[in-house]
Amino acid sequence: MEVIKIIETDDTPGVILDKENNNFEIWGRSLPEDVNSFFEPIISWFEEYAENPNDKTVLNVKMSYFNTASSKILLDIFVALEDIFETGKDVLVKWFYPADEDDMKEAGEEYEEMIEIPFEHIAYNK
Amino acid sequence: MEFKINTVQGFLNHVYRFYKSQKNFEINILYEGKITHQITKAFISLTEADLEDKEEPDEVRRKIFHVMVESLQNITKHAGPDGETGETEKGRGIFVVSKEENCYRVITGSITSAENADKLSKMLQKINALDAAGLKEMYKQQIRGGGKLSEKGGAGLGFIDIARKTENPLDFSIQEIGEDGNVFFIIAIKINNNK
Repeated sequence: MEVIKIIETDDTPGVILDKENNNFEIWGRSLPEDVNSFFEPIISWFEEYAENPNDKTVLNVKMSYFNTASSKILLDIFVALEDIFETGKDVLVKWFYPADEDDMKEAGEEYEEMIEIPFEHIAYNK
Repeated sequence: MEFKINTVQGFLNHVYRFYKSQKNFEINILYEGKITHQITKAFISLTEADLEDKEEPDEVRRKIFHVMVESLQNITKHAGPDGETGETEKGRGIFVVSKEENCYRVITGSITSAENADKLSKMLQKINALDAAGLKEMYKQQIRGGGKLSEKGGAGLGFIDIARKTENPLDFSIQEIGEDGNVFFIIAIKINNNK
């Protein structure tokens, strides 16, 4: 399956989606000019991946900022993972947040409340 | 803050008079014109640098950053009167960041149709009437797609989130401009910085 590697910029996040090496990551800032066109290939990738996923999928999310349009897209990604989880495969979201940023911590907890997949919340020092 | 103005010019005069009359009021940014993504990014980095110089706490800086992103992107995506004649006015607006004694204020104003203004003011009133738990519930409904507002990327979510993060009501004002059903819509968001 195609590997997605997107380099982080000041308004779009870095993304790695690599099925073969079992590496799934998204990090950085997300406030794209056109949120739908930036994330469309990523959402499509997850839809294709969901048809034949690995036995265990761990998505590392380490955002420093995301706008509300991006927060909706993040939920779409988690919903795609939820579909995989519901087929009995192992799925985990590792939500990294700066130890002193309660709002980023709470954002992770709210996603966990909305989605039926396991989350691990990991504080880090900037 | 009260707004008694009729036009963009009136707004700018108002801001200037207010500025002159207040000791503890300073304007960080005052802009009128087309708001593009590049301008949004420029304003954000200017303000970030300024807040760093002023040694504002991280939490306050993050809130102002977020309110600026959401407010400016709202104008880029949604501002403008109805109809083809209004094409040149699309994405235009005024944008002000001011500092008062215990708060910052991010103010946006733009022309929109009376119909849109009506929808927007109903939504803002609804948001302002809710407590933290109510806002959280509304946010969850909106993000799940229960209330999809536009394909441009849900404006509703932005205001709910701003209300949650600033914990202040969203002040707004509608001014008639006497142009075929269009009005000038102003939203002023207060971000506390008293610790």
